[in-house]
Amino acid sequence: MNQIPALIRVFSYLSLLTVGGGMAAFPEMKTLTVEVHKWLTFPQLIHLYSVGQMAPGPNMMMIVAIGQWAGGTLGALVVLVAFFGPTAILAFIVARAWRKLEKWRWRTSIQQGLAPVSIGLLLAGCFSMAKGAITGTETAAIAVGVLLILLRYKVNPALLVLGGAALGLFSFLPK
Amino acid sequence: MSDAAAKASLQPGAAAAAAPADVPIGQIFLEFLTIGATSFGGVVPYLRASLVTKRHWIDDKEFVEMLSISQSLPGLNATNMAVLVGEKLRGALGSIAAIIGVCLPGAVLMFAVGIFYHRHGDHVWITAALKGVAAAAVGLILSTVVGLSQKSLTGKFDFVFIALTVLAVNRLHLGVPRTLIGVGIIAILWHRPRKEQKESAVQ
Repeated sequence: MNQIPALIRVFSYLSLLTVGGGMAAFPEMKTLTVEVHKWLTFPQLIHLYSVGQMAPGPNMMMIVAIGQWAGGTLGALVVLVAFFGPTAILAFIVARAWRKLEKWRWRTSIQQGLAPVSIGLLLAGCFSMAKGAITGTETAAIAVGVLLILLRYKVNPALLVLGGAALGLFSFLPK
Repeated sequence: MSDAAAKASLQPGAAAAAAPADVPIGQIFLEFLTIGATSFGGVVPYLRASLVTKRHWIDDKEFVEMLSISQSLPGLNATNMAVLVGEKLRGALGSIAAIIGVCLPGAVLMFAVGIFYHRHGDHVWITAALKGVAAAAVGLILSTVVGLSQKSLTGKFDFVFIALTVLAVNRLHLGVPRTLIGVGIIAILWHRPRKEQKESAVQ
């Protein structure tokens, strides 16, 4: 079945939910890509997202893989445009308008008001991912370890994710 | 190196905030392509190092301002910043060159990773490693949440809005859009312009 129209619909919709970061759209992404369209399983979604954290560039490039699975190379391209196009156009329009609104008093209100909501959305996305990713003591220890290291030291997060891979091999390989 | 940027910064008349005149589209594309290919572990510090420190395309104040706009809008920081900086330098074409540049390397990489994972994802070594990777990613997102909270929250009551948002999405399953609009409006009204701020805001 041709998945291209569905890919366009789903990813342009998800695009508009990424307030504060890609993670904000995660709960909705799970519902649409896993439960509704069954393009991949929940563990696969978590794996792709996590591997994507090691790639350079914007951290939601894993959507390309979902597009490729569901619709081949065209699917990958379509997803890329659908996911980054709408927000890019919005940012472009706002970039022009925002300067004119410099004196508008609600401008600060909007920024201050959206800050906690976008943080909440990131956290909600994080919890919904943790449900699948934190499965026991080892995974919980890795997550907490990474969090504490990042809060305390200036380390490149991609290296810590790579470290997570090493710990995963160490902990979960069948003996 | 960057002749245009160097000339622009040497011009005595050029205001600090003004865009260096006529940065070539190709140069914008290449600069963002480089950022897109090298920014392991988060794009924002790389953007700053490249656009502010190396190229002088924008100054630090503009960078912070653009970042806060990027954060309030839907879209990833990396791509929103590319659009904003590209727009400032060369209008619509600049935006397009910047966003394609910053996305291209990661997209090609994840395209390949996706194919590889689809074929070999059930290999025991890979599932074991990915379990660790996913757990580490959770820790990484949490650290982003903490970092953003320290940087962008303006009052104690903001934690109530964070809690409301999490509750609405994870417990009440209201969905992201309804939560965003509902809690968003309440939070914006809570931070509404106050009388005493009027003077300083208008000046």
